[in-house]
Amino acid sequence: MSMVLLMLKKWLIGAGKMIITVGVLALQGGVAEHLDHLNQIKNVRALAVKKPEELNSCSGLIIPGGESTTMRKLIKDYNFKEAIIKFNQQQKVIWGSCAGLILLAAEVEGEKEDQLGLLDIKVKRNAFGSQLNSFIEKNMIPKISDSVQELVFIRAPLITEVGKDIEILYQKEDQIAAVESRNLIGTSFHPELTDNNAFHQYFVNKIRNKIS
Amino acid sequence: MSEKYRLNRNLAQMLKGGIIMDVTTAEEAKIAEEAGAVAVMALEKVPADIRKDGGIARMSDPKMIKKIVNTVSIPVMAKVRIGHFVEAQILEALEIDYIDESEVLTPADESFHIDKRKFEIPFVCGATNLGEALRRIGEGAAMIRTKGEAGTGNVVEAVRHMRKINSQINNLTSLGSEELMTAAKDIQAPFQLVEYVAEHGKLPVVNFAAGGIATPADAALMMQLGCDGVFVGSGIFRSGNPAKRAEAIVRATTHYQDPEIIAEVSEDLGKAMSGIDVNGLTDAEKMADRGW
Repeated sequence: MSMVLLMLKKWLIGAGKMIITVGVLALQGGVAEHLDHLNQIKNVRALAVKKPEELNSCSGLIIPGGESTTMRKLIKDYNFKEAIIKFNQQQKVIWGSCAGLILLAAEVEGEKEDQLGLLDIKVKRNAFGSQLNSFIEKNMIPKISDSVQELVFIRAPLITEVGKDIEILYQKEDQIAAVESRNLIGTSFHPELTDNNAFHQYFVNKIRNKIS
Repeated sequence: MSEKYRLNRNLAQMLKGGIIMDVTTAEEAKIAEEAGAVAVMALEKVPADIRKDGGIARMSDPKMIKKIVNTVSIPVMAKVRIGHFVEAQILEALEIDYIDESEVLTPADESFHIDKRKFEIPFVCGATNLGEALRRIGEGAAMIRTKGEAGTGNVVEAVRHMRKINSQINNLTSLGSEELMTAAKDIQAPFQLVEYVAEHGKLPVVNFAAGGIATPADAALMMQLGCDGVFVGSGIFRSGNPAKRAEAIVRATTHYQDPEIIAEVSEDLGKAMSGIDVNGLTDAEKMADRGW
């Protein structure tokens, strides 16, 4: 491709005028909800990713909520670990929500199992207790949207420590629930379980900005 | 819809594509978690043994349930008898994650199910058809499962229930709005829920397969029929090699549309649970007929 065409393609993607493919890791959990939200965004094709090679066509990836122990096992069994680490090294954007956040974390309190370890944070699983302690909070996350959003916490993890290159997107008192780094987003709540598309739009914009 | 009920439906959504395994001890719970279960169902006897031993089957000993809660990090469910709201109050006090109001235990009430809206804890209930599913949802169930004959190792009943529910849903979507009240009357279901199904072409809550699932192929069959996930009861810990079979069923559920993977994981699993032919059961022995 000539230089001019390549620049044009990048500009079109950045301006949201060209279709990009965004994957949702489809091993277990709330996959369909993320796919639905992504498909509502113009010029985005959402793809349920079940095999590592399917990542090749994706410009960004969501690791959804679900059971982190189950997903961690399936990630390992189906050689997703290397593929996702490589995906990250290609400067492509990954967003982990709830279980996905746990899998991205460098450290999980009280556990030695191998995570993806891409995001320089420490997390605590089931930080609020059993399902009886799940809750919905209404608050604004200025960087994402200037309207109030529902933040749905289900048997949610919390971020207990962050590395120096990590930006905190949302915290309430000392409880950190959303972070961002150059190529990564992590949320302990579930934007895919609300009618609001702001978080998904923000994620897609981040992917487009990376490309252009 | 109350916030709690919404959150309880949401938790079920996070279990999608997963296997919920019956376990009777903390050791089994650990094996289930390591094999990739998304949740465990803590009970004293698996359905196959409940059938064999006879007598009255009740909620499990809280001590045993607590031990399992303390052993695993995945959600823990436990069963109460149909209509036994005090057993449900006990499980809520134990702070487990989900209650199964189950026909596998001996019913405590011959007319009424638990009013699940009075509880903060989520409930899953069995259903053999759409009307039954919507009645349970009307009472506050946050998740539905088929009511296949538990403890038989025979998937035929779960298939029957899933096909029935699918075909009834399809039928509703083809009706005009003026036909819906009569449809609600015919299937004995709350009108608003019938309207929801007619509009969306699906149940308002997650629907899992349960009863008689014994092999990876059984699990994939139920997923291809449109279930959101699978309960496996006696099929795992009454088989020759529980850990290997559990792992194989987990994988087959994730890759339910990929026959090559299902073939690969089905190899060399040892003896499946021996099972019972459903046609050999008398009406009194059939658990699916419990519940109203």
